Amino acid sequence: MIETLNAGVAVLILALAIFTIATRELFAAAVGFIAYGLLLTLVWAQLHGLDVALIEGAVGGGLTGVLVIGSAARLRGTQVTASAERLGASARAAAAIVAGVVAAVLAACVLALPDPAPTLAPQVAANMTATGVGNPITAVLLAFRAIDTLLEVIVLIFALIAVWSLAPDGVWGGRAGPRYDADPNGILVYFARILPPIGVIVGIYIFWVGADHPGGKFQGSTFLAAMWLLAARAGLTDAPPISRVWVRIAVVAGPVGFVVIGLAGVVTAGAFLAYPAGYAKPLILAIEWALMPSLALTLALLMAGAPQRPGVP
Amino acid sequence: MVLDIITVFAVLTGAFFFLAGTVGLLRFPDTLSRLHALTKADNLGLGLVVLGLLPQAGGVSAALKLVCVWLLVLLASATVSQLIARAARQLHPRA
Amino acid sequence: MRAPTIFGLCAALLVGVGLFGLIVDPQPLRKILAFNVIGSGVFVLLGAVARRGAAVGMGGDPVPQALLITGIVVAFAATALAVALLLRLFNATGSVTLSADALDEVRPDDGNA
Repeated sequence: MIETLNAGVAVLILALAIFTIATRELFAAAVGFIAYGLLLTLVWAQLHGLDVALIEGAVGGGLTGVLVIGSAARLRGTQVTASAERLGASARAAAAIVAGVVAAVLAACVLALPDPAPTLAPQVAANMTATGVGNPITAVLLAFRAIDTLLEVIVLIFALIAVWSLAPDGVWGGRAGPRYDADPNGILVYFARILPPIGVIVGIYIFWVGADHPGGKFQGSTFLAAMWLLAARAGLTDAPPISRVWVRIAVVAGPVGFVVIGLAGVVTAGAFLAYPAGYAKPLILAIEWALMPSLALTLALLMAGAPQRPGVP
Repeated sequence: MVLDIITVFAVLTGAFFFLAGTVGLLRFPDTLSRLHALTKADNLGLGLVVLGLLPQAGGVSAALKLVCVWLLVLLASATVSQLIARAARQLHPRA
Repeated sequence: MRAPTIFGLCAALLVGVGLFGLIVDPQPLRKILAFNVIGSGVFVLLGAVARRGAAVGMGGDPVPQALLITGIVVAFAATALAVALLLRLFNATGSVTLSADALDEVRPDDGNA
């Protein structure tokens, strides 16, 4: 019974992916991609990865979807020039063969996976009590593979700097996006006044409960970034000029704190990002509390995009 | 046992309402009537699914979270359908 | 078939579908979408591997799942940068073609585009 359900979800996912690739209209492809990202959350739930399901729904379905729909709306007029450049039949056949070969090789690898499967779960379980957290994924992210999390946050900042560098010369250091405004008595402003308090509480809750249950700071900061974006779209707040000092300090404060704690680990415990015995839980909490606002601001600014308006009037 | 029967019945009825909403989406002639079908049927369908899942929730807080999910979806779908309807009205104004 | 095998095969097909879309479609935003489909296929493949490593009461091997969380966030950052580049190209040239001869007509851009 459950195998039929899994097979049904897999077929649905494939159908949505094929629709996203094959449909003629750009906007339809963007909408299909959002539905695909949301259905992937079901796949993660079936694979017993609830933390991954949360981040896929929030970032893969939600944030990426908003990005793609916004750009599809702006690029709507380019459909004609794009369809004039479609590849010929022989090139498409060659592409199909290449794609088929890659898929077949991956399928063969899936069927040839070793049984019993090698796993690191026993080692994680054995060493988790020293970290003081109950969620093994949080323990892996912030204690066993903390360098990966640090590098990931730094990659996000690099991407943000790259997006900022795409500003035209006249608006260097300005505000991202147009100035949105909506009818102050309209439904969007009403929604943007009601939802953010709820969203902020849910985001902080997901961040807090990630220590022992599925959740964590990536999922929580996505909620905060999304609530800020909603308020900005309704005109209740505006994107900050990226030349302001507080924006730049707030973006790097989290990773700097992370690096400082890592360097302190060199002095006290002998290796970069090592935690001295007994101080693991407080240090993990300190890193998470420092990273959360920086992460939310970075994600929100990545979504806002390159500056389009001058920052100083 | 009774609770399981309630769950199955409520979830199946909710799924039927989702199906009805999708049939409305596919068969109705224009945007406004499709929005009407989707909003009504999907909200009712989700409410029935949540009602069916309440006996299976592991405690009061989980049950309250399920009801919160339904209320938030209600709020979001009402807002979004009004915004889409206004945009559709501006694109295709009627006399 | 068990769940990891079903979803692993589905992931292999997703990578194939995305690769076909990446090569074939000329519109850059569709290429970005196809690239994301490939990425999510790879993530589901790794998730199937993680599920097979379930032991000691955990639903799946936590190390690949933690790497997947990192991967999904980094994939979003890459998509955001790609979309920003695409919108800048659109503002600068007025079209989103990637062919070389059209890029000779770049308009001077003083920020009012």
